[in-house]
Amino acid sequence: MERERFEPRIIGFFCNWCSYRAADGAGTARVKYAPNVRVIRLMCSGRVDPSFVLKALASGADGVLIAGCHPGECHYIEQNYKTMRRYAMLTQTLRALGISERRVRLVWASAAEGTQLAAAVDEMVEDLRLLGPLHWSANLREEDHEAAFEHILHEHEQAMEVTR
Amino acid sequence: MADKGKLAIYWAASCGGCEISILAINEKILDVAAAFDIVFCPCIMDTKARDVEKMPDGTIDVCLFNGGIRTSEQEYMARLLRQKSKVLVAFGSCAQEGCIPGLANVTDRAEIFDAVYCTSASVDNPGRAVPQTETRVNGFLLSLPVFYDTVRTLGQTVPVDYYLPGCPPEAPRIWDAIVAILEGKLPAPGSVIGAQTTVCDECPRQRNEKKVKAFKRTWQIIPDEDTCLLEQGLLCCGPATRAGCDARCPRVNSPCIGCYGPNAGVQDQGARLMTALASVIDSQDPAEIDRIISEGIPDPVGTFYRFSLANSLLRRAAKVPDEQRHELPLPKAAGAQE
Repeated sequence: MERERFEPRIIGFFCNWCSYRAADGAGTARVKYAPNVRVIRLMCSGRVDPSFVLKALASGADGVLIAGCHPGECHYIEQNYKTMRRYAMLTQTLRALGISERRVRLVWASAAEGTQLAAAVDEMVEDLRLLGPLHWSANLREEDHEAAFEHILHEHEQAMEVTR
Repeated sequence: MADKGKLAIYWAASCGGCEISILAINEKILDVAAAFDIVFCPCIMDTKARDVEKMPDGTIDVCLFNGGIRTSEQEYMARLLRQKSKVLVAFGSCAQEGCIPGLANVTDRAEIFDAVYCTSASVDNPGRAVPQTETRVNGFLLSLPVFYDTVRTLGQTVPVDYYLPGCPPEAPRIWDAIVAILEGKLPAPGSVIGAQTTVCDECPRQRNEKKVKAFKRTWQIIPDEDTCLLEQGLLCCGPATRAGCDARCPRVNSPCIGCYGPNAGVQDQGARLMTALASVIDSQDPAEIDRIISEGIPDPVGTFYRFSLANSLLRRAAKVPDEQRHELPLPKAAGAQE
């Protein structure tokens, strides 16, 4: 039996000055690429706080794609170097929590690189198909939680009966 | 004096340091005793869950609850005390954000039992006996609470009125909170009773521009006493940690480890810390950046989330890490045939 193809959900944080325009350019040029990225436009990739990425993953995203101007070409002079360092810090932390860096990618794309950005999206989607869903909320499910609580409630009620 | 208020102090997954910190308000404890009858506090007096169960709902005026929720029994007590208390205070880091017990969220029940009861160097347990929740003795059923995979905070378990941060909360802050309760000058329910700024604001050290080529461990250098510790390469959590301790650790040449939790308006302390530290690394080369981080911060989770993992956005590590996923059947790739 053929299983349904897994469509990863990716949250994209794109820089207003380059990558968002690259995506826009890809659209105008009718470049075909995977529709799995929900793009959020930010003024700079340096605006991406690690908590944005963590929140996306915790809320059901299978991956996060951060896209910014090439190093040295930041509209805000050197913010994308901070992105580069935060990204390294974040991926090392995520790895320790069991989340592969394949799920959180950082790509550089200038406003003229719509084709390259589209290819990076396609590649990430294919890679996440192999890796599978993240489905983070499943990690928080306590297998026997309801039963355990009912049990202890019942015990205390019984004990109350005895002392009465 | 009119009717005294009723105070309860309870502990769940915690170390007992919070109770000691309450006593550190010294002779002011007499003022507390003048204002409140302590109706429930298993740490210092012979009171039982049964006593609380018999109270009508809302009997307790203030309950200071320390500790995270690790077992079904602790969850039961949290729900019981919520029902019986007018004001429930998550007292200390464990109740607020999981603290050190919550750091065990990098693992799960099976691994913890294995480490504690089977493989620990001081354990001799060839039969690999681990705690069970039920056993029969002479025809009677005896039971133990269920040990959860994931430590939860008090706020993730029941609605909490106020949070008092710190591991443990500093005695002057505890006193401030007690005064606020007695005078009825409490902030909006759900808020943290504490400072709205960071440890850096209380720290007397001189701050200049920070450029760090390598993070150092505390045993590697003897830091200069007047300059910001982070500038000297020590991984200080001050920039991302709530004030309230009067920068006790930096004042004695030791970096902040983040025990007061995230600052006002921040949920994920680790994310803020990553942001702060990434800004001070002095490199623009990805390979060098990776090296600086992996050499200087060998345990990123234990460093960024030492006190707050259970209350972070992810709350815990993945039960099946991505790198072990190749052992699971992979989902079908595009166009592949079964």
